Amino acid sequence: MVVRISGEGQFTLPDADTERLNELDNHAVAAVEAGDEAGFLDLFAQMIALVESDGEPLADDELVESHVILPPRDTRIAEARAEFTGEGLIPD
Amino acid sequence: MAGLGGRMSTVIKAKVSKLLDKAEDPAETLEYGYQKQVELLQNVKKGIADVTTSKKRLQMQAAKLEQQVVKLDTQARQALAQGRDDLARTALERKTVIQGEMQSLDQQAAELASQQEQLTINEQKLRGKIEAFRTKKEVIKAQYSAAEAQVKISEAASGVGEEMADLGLAIQRAEEKTENMRARASAVEELEAAGTFDDITSLGSGQDDIDRELAELSAGSQVDDELAKMKAEIGAGGSAPELGEGEKA
Repeated sequence: MVVRISGEGQFTLPDADTERLNELDNHAVAAVEAGDEAGFLDLFAQMIALVESDGEPLADDELVESHVILPPRDTRIAEARAEFTGEGLIPD
Repeated sequence: MAGLGGRMSTVIKAKVSKLLDKAEDPAETLEYGYQKQVELLQNVKKGIADVTTSKKRLQMQAAKLEQQVVKLDTQARQALAQGRDDLARTALERKTVIQGEMQSLDQQAAELASQQEQLTINEQKLRGKIEAFRTKKEVIKAQYSAAEAQVKISEAASGVGEEMADLGLAIQRAEEKTENMRARASAVEELEAAGTFDDITSLGSGQDDIDRELAELSAGSQVDDELAKMKAEIGAGGSAPELGEGEKA
C-alpha cells in the first residue's frame, strides 16, 4: 500500500497496516467531531508515526498514485474540523 | 484500495484527485504529458515565490511594529516624567497589544519559513519525477504495444500529477496562512496609526473605540506592573515626590 503524507512524500507500507491506519483515521475524525483536541492530536500523531516506522520512502523515480493520502503533519483541530466533519463537505 | 474508508484520508485523497483531474488530460498524456508537466512546474515555482514574497512583507511589518513598541515605550516615559500617568497608561496599553500581536506574528512567520523550505524541497522532488517520467515514457513506448503503452504512461502521469496536485495544495495552504497573517498585521498597524501619542493627548478624557478595544484587550495587571516599574526607574525625576530611590535623577 502506498501512503502519502500530504506536503511531504510517499511511503510504501505493508498491506497489514491498512486496518490499523483506517481505525486510527476513524477515531481521529470522531475526536474532531467531539471537539477533543488532545485526542485528535494524539491519534493523528500515531498515524504519522505508523507510516514513518513501517513505511519505506518511495524512490523519486517511482511514479505511482497513492492508495491513501494523510493530511499535512501540522494539521490542527480547527482545520481538521473544517475539512473532515459535516456531511456536505465530503466531495464525491 | 478496497477497505480503506477512513474519512480523513478519503477527503484528502478526493481533494488531490480533483486537482489531478483538472491538470491531466489522458488523451494528451502520451505525447504531450511531459511538456504539460514542465509548464505546470512553472506555476509551482511562481506559487513558491509568492509565498516567499508574502513572508518577507510580513517580516517587514513585524519590524515596523517593533519600532512602534520602542516609540510607545519612550512616550510612556515622557508622559510619566511630566506626571501624566493617564497618558503613560494608554501608551503602555497599546504597547502591550502590539507586543502580543508581534509575538504571534513572529511565531507564524517562523512556521511559514519552515513550510517554505519544505515546498522548495518538494519542488525539487517534483522536478525529479518529471524527468523520470520523460525517461520512462520513452522506455515504455519502446517496449510495449501502443495500447499497453498508453495505459502504463497514463499511470505514471497520474503519479506525477498527484505529486503536483499535492504540492499545489501545500502552496495554497501556505498562501492562506500568509493572508491571515497579513490581515492581522494590518489591523494592528491601523490600530497603532490611530493611536499615536499626539492623538492620545488630543483625545483627553474622551474614549474612542480604539481605547475601549484596547482596554478590553490589554492585560491590566501587566500594564500596572510596567507602569510601576517605569515610575521606579524614573524615580524622583517625576513631579510627584516619592520616598526612597531619590538619588537616581
